[in-house]
Amino acid sequence: MTALRQRTRTRYGDRPGIAYLFLSPWMAGALLLTVGPMLASLYLSFTNYDLFTTPRWIGLANYRRLLLDDPRFLTAVWVTVKYVALSTPLKLVAALAVAMLLNRASRAQGFYRSAFYAPSLLGASVAVALVWRVIFDTNGIVDQSLSTLGIHTGGWVASPRYALLVIVALAVWQFGAPMVIFLAGLKQIPAELYDAAAVDGAGWWRTFRSVTLPMLSPVIFFNLVLETIHAFQAFTGAFVVSGGRGGPTDSTLFYTLYLYQKGFTEYRMGYASAMAWLLVIAIAAITALLFRTARMWVFYAGEDGR
Amino acid sequence: MTASRGWRRFAWHAVCLAMLAALLYPIVWLVSSSFKPANEILSSLSLLPQKVIGSNYSEVFEGAAGISVWRFLTNSLIVSLGSVLGNVASCALAAYAFAWLRFRLRGVLFAFMIGTIMLPIHVLLIPQYTIFQRLGLVDTFWPLVLPKLLATDAFFVFLIVQFMRALPRELGDAARIDGCGPVQTFRHIVLPLTKPALVTTAIFTFIWSWNDFLSQLIYLNTPDNYTLPLALRLFIDQTSQTSYGAMMAMSVLTLLPIGLFFFAFQRFLVEGVATTGMNG
Repeated sequence: MTALRQRTRTRYGDRPGIAYLFLSPWMAGALLLTVGPMLASLYLSFTNYDLFTTPRWIGLANYRRLLLDDPRFLTAVWVTVKYVALSTPLKLVAALAVAMLLNRASRAQGFYRSAFYAPSLLGASVAVALVWRVIFDTNGIVDQSLSTLGIHTGGWVASPRYALLVIVALAVWQFGAPMVIFLAGLKQIPAELYDAAAVDGAGWWRTFRSVTLPMLSPVIFFNLVLETIHAFQAFTGAFVVSGGRGGPTDSTLFYTLYLYQKGFTEYRMGYASAMAWLLVIAIAAITALLFRTARMWVFYAGEDGR
Repeated sequence: MTASRGWRRFAWHAVCLAMLAALLYPIVWLVSSSFKPANEILSSLSLLPQKVIGSNYSEVFEGAAGISVWRFLTNSLIVSLGSVLGNVASCALAAYAFAWLRFRLRGVLFAFMIGTIMLPIHVLLIPQYTIFQRLGLVDTFWPLVLPKLLATDAFFVFLIVQFMRALPRELGDAARIDGCGPVQTFRHIVLPLTKPALVTTAIFTFIWSWNDFLSQLIYLNTPDNYTLPLALRLFIDQTSQTSYGAMMAMSVLTLLPIGLFFFAFQRFLVEGVATTGMNG
């Protein structure tokens, strides 16, 4: 059937040139702005390059320096790992909880779904990050509210202990996009399964564990991979909340922020290229790892009967 | 029985609305703060200004350092609308080739295109910057718009491909019998039917470029060329609270177009996320 479809749809094979004509903007972009730069940055990562003089080959020196001799780099890695490990699960739990809350026959569902999704669109803006900065500042709203409750944290933005949490909170606030995806997934679960669970006398928790979670696991996996990859590349929130410096005391020195500092304020572009490649490798490795573990917990309904 | 069901429905709405209020509180607080005097902004939880003032907005429109917010708005609009045009045109062309035409390298190129969707831009940033610097295009809008004209946002190519593939294949046959070549088929059959995917592409491209910070930060250097995110960034370095009023007003103006887009297209946006797994 699909073979037939392919054949009927693509009978312009006698004039293949036309296809490349349609494809030419994309191919130009792929060559000049993707493949070329990828190779170039790989080369630059083995050089000393300041944008204005010719790159000088220094072998593995950038990588060696990063891994063995740059404590701020290791701090940046640690901050980013903490951020990913905190923000991704919290965001997904919030998304799933709200999706389950909304998954109910009601005419208001569409309204709630849109409204809960709104922060996902706004949250990437510098404007919202600035609001976060003011809300969590010393004597700001959060500080004051906590103080009246007898908890004196002294403002989160200026505190090395809490500054990262401000950015985590900003990320979790944007749970709307994965929530919408979860909700679409929940609607796909056949009602018979819930009926059967009810007949068997399963309670809420048992139903959740034995029906909802396994049936939803492909969607959970999808969101987990996507959100993890995104979280590793977070930049705007950290830049705005820390004023571009990653402080206080490097507590919000995100990987991408440090890369930006090295590349575009210190113009050590070879060094920054090495950082970029390590990031790509790390993200690829973690994605591969997630796919590995997927075999153990992701359940595809279609596979079961085989 | 019905009484308890009604009560449960009431409780559900109450929980949803309470959560929504908490979630949207920062935005409402921002809007109300933009009408407050600076000294009231930082510490006041209240959503109602004690005294409503418009001076924050007039300050922003008069401009700091001689540049009015209109300038930043215009720059942001140029970048975003340029990106929209570029993305819609180039992604539609590429998607048509992938979805409807046959050519030798299709499999390989398609796989490559998919592979670039998840590629972190950081690995391209420095060479791209070098290229644009050599071309003398740093501090212009070209580095922000040109990549869109060349369909580098592979995600949207993929989105449109998926949509075009789902179009009934009989249309292609009918067009061919009527003597349409691939170009006419694209123009008269495929493109009009792909409108929903193109609208989704346009909306998301607009919002993403409107919010984009990293590339604008790198490429735009002089205040005359600043977009709204960059203009807002100037407030970060000012620690005095006196500038808070203007900062809030400009933040509201920055979020306003996204808000308008949201109200106008929320169905498209939410459905786009639900069906493609797009990450807003």
